[in-house]
Amino acid sequence: MTATARSPKDTTQAELHLKMLRQMLLIRRFEEKAAEAYALGKIGGFCHLYIGQEAVGVGALTALREDDYVICSYREHGQALIKGISPNAVMAELFGKATGCSKGKGGSMHLFDVNRRFMGGHGIVGGHVPLAAGLGFAIKYKGGDQVCVCFFGEAAVNIGAFHETLNMASVWKLPVIFLCENNRYGMGTAFERVAAVTDIVEHACSYDMAAELVDGMNVLTVYDATRRAIERARKHSHPTLLEVRTYRYMGHSMSDPLHGVYRTKDEVEEQKARDPITHLAGKLKEEGVIDQAALDAMDTEIHAEVEEAVKFADESPDPEPDELFTDVLVD
Amino acid sequence: MATLTYRDALNQALREEMQRDPNVFLMGEEVGVYQGAYKVSRGLLEEFGPQRVVDTPIAELGFAGIGVGAAMGGLRPVIEFMTWNFAVLALDQIVNSAAKMLYMSGGQIPMPIVFRGPNGAALQLSSQHSQAWESWLSHIPGLKVVAPATPADAKGLLKSAIRDNNPVIVLEGEMLYNLKGDVPDSEHIVPIGRADIKREGSDVTLVCHSKTLSVAVKAAEQLAEQNVSAEVLDLRSLRPLDEAAILESVTKTNRAVVVEEGWPHSGIGAQIVDLIQRDAFDELDAPVLRVTQADVPMPYNKVLERAAKASPEKVVAAARRVLYLE
Ligand SMILES: Cc1ncc(C[n+]2csc(CCOP(=O)(O)OP(=O)(O)O)c2C)c(N)n1
Ligand SMILES: [Mg+2]
Repeated sequence: MTATARSPKDTTQAELHLKMLRQMLLIRRFEEKAAEAYALGKIGGFCHLYIGQEAVGVGALTALREDDYVICSYREHGQALIKGISPNAVMAELFGKATGCSKGKGGSMHLFDVNRRFMGGHGIVGGHVPLAAGLGFAIKYKGGDQVCVCFFGEAAVNIGAFHETLNMASVWKLPVIFLCENNRYGMGTAFERVAAVTDIVEHACSYDMAAELVDGMNVLTVYDATRRAIERARKHSHPTLLEVRTYRYMGHSMSDPLHGVYRTKDEVEEQKARDPITHLAGKLKEEGVIDQAALDAMDTEIHAEVEEAVKFADESPDPEPDELFTDVLVD
Repeated sequence: MATLTYRDALNQALREEMQRDPNVFLMGEEVGVYQGAYKVSRGLLEEFGPQRVVDTPIAELGFAGIGVGAAMGGLRPVIEFMTWNFAVLALDQIVNSAAKMLYMSGGQIPMPIVFRGPNGAALQLSSQHSQAWESWLSHIPGLKVVAPATPADAKGLLKSAIRDNNPVIVLEGEMLYNLKGDVPDSEHIVPIGRADIKREGSDVTLVCHSKTLSVAVKAAEQLAEQNVSAEVLDLRSLRPLDEAAILESVTKTNRAVVVEEGWPHSGIGAQIVDLIQRDAFDELDAPVLRVTQADVPMPYNKVLERAAKASPEKVVAAARRVLYLE
């Protein structure tokens, strides 16, 4: 790392940027490993990767406090990692093992860690959007100053629950950030083919809600926009709708082809040229915050961490047969 | 002992539980300013304020989900549906969120929430407003389902439901709100999962719940005039089901008729028949019969509507058949 003279403010900022770079890289490498494990049959069912969208989760979650809530759709491996669930516990959950963060009973789509206020991955499109408002309702009811960030895909905007929830969140002034990750497709359906209004931020007008359109390929932009939204929620208990434009490089889930027939290979390549990790790494190199050797070292370290997670998941036991019947009801 | 309507018994349960625990709140359409579509929440807004008695827009899916989220955040929501016919819009949240949260989180997130409201046909409300949902709801692991038939049970079961750390469905009989009955004055709790013999008998068991209790009781009275002694077993809880009580009664009477408001196909009554044939086969002196709503959407016309519903006459006829009196 080049050690040119920097003010303390620059130093903390550089540290923050490095941390975000590391987190994005961790998600990228983790997801690559998950894809490998899926191909080997170690992970079953649906498995939705976050590759390409890392800047959204990292930028937004970096702006949060530990006691703030996060709730997500099924594309939530990245957010779970950034909220502090260990790669071991996430990977073990994908493997369906007893050591997973949901004891192997949730799987890729249902990662939970209530102590870290990670309130789940949820599998019904748009179904968790009202849950976020409920968490906001509970925060306000108890007089707390936490906020809740809700991640959902753009296809959820066509779901009734989204509209019902935004209306109530606005009427009741709930401290919730509705963060729409617009990656342009719901499975193989381009948003403009199924949505009358394609600028999602515009929906906020219907609910008299603050909104912002954000470049989701730039982690710093996401971080700044989320900070503004958090301030609005924490200080004034006002909800915000963020439309964060991003792109998924992989298929919708592991069972889908890389680009399919609904988009072109060129389009995917074009988007990859805007890669959020490459972008931030380049910027930090330019600023002299990091050099290639340090970047390589970081990558090697992350590789080892993810490798260890796979080993841990692989060696962990399946849940005990009795687990089938536990957790249906509490006593 | 006080004589209360079913409505006021529910109201007392809500008021007492809200006084006892500040985390209990009521949310739904018209629950506050309007005092409740069926006046179950009368006076609660005045006593507890708008933060705890929350009027919602007509958005069943949305506010049911907000309730689930609030339970995730540590509160104890009571979600009122104006009727269960409208709650069908919220089934995603009840079935996919509330009932599954504990399980799919590996036991991390309990779900202390109550979904309640009137269920079953009233009078001449026609097809969309005259439905009994217990078979749908009691199908789902992760939910508890209760259906009180008397004011005392309404109060005691609603209080149990609010104190339960699991999602509990409270099916209130739309036609029962004006029903009067004795309700114990002191703390009155009815445990979930216990049936109750409302009338003892020895010749045939009439299994019922909610509004069909009065149908079964009237049938038992008519049967008594014919020298048949019918036992009336009120299930009160549909999930968990008090299997022991059902088997015990059938072991005594050797005959059973199951009465329900819903449709026959895949109905809750079929579940009870399954239990009896499996665990009391040798006790039976006749096949178990069911009395249900006719297998049609509810008609508006008064005469047709009466023909569609379970009635004391139909129950008497079924009881006579299982006694081989016909
Ligand atoms: C209510 C519902 N309908 C359909 C599905 C099947 N499904 C799963 S993901 C998906 C596409 C969702 O796209 P989007 O919300 O944009 O999120 P992304 O996958 O792009 O992250 C569909 C149709 C579902 N899970 N839930
Ligand atoms: Mg999408």
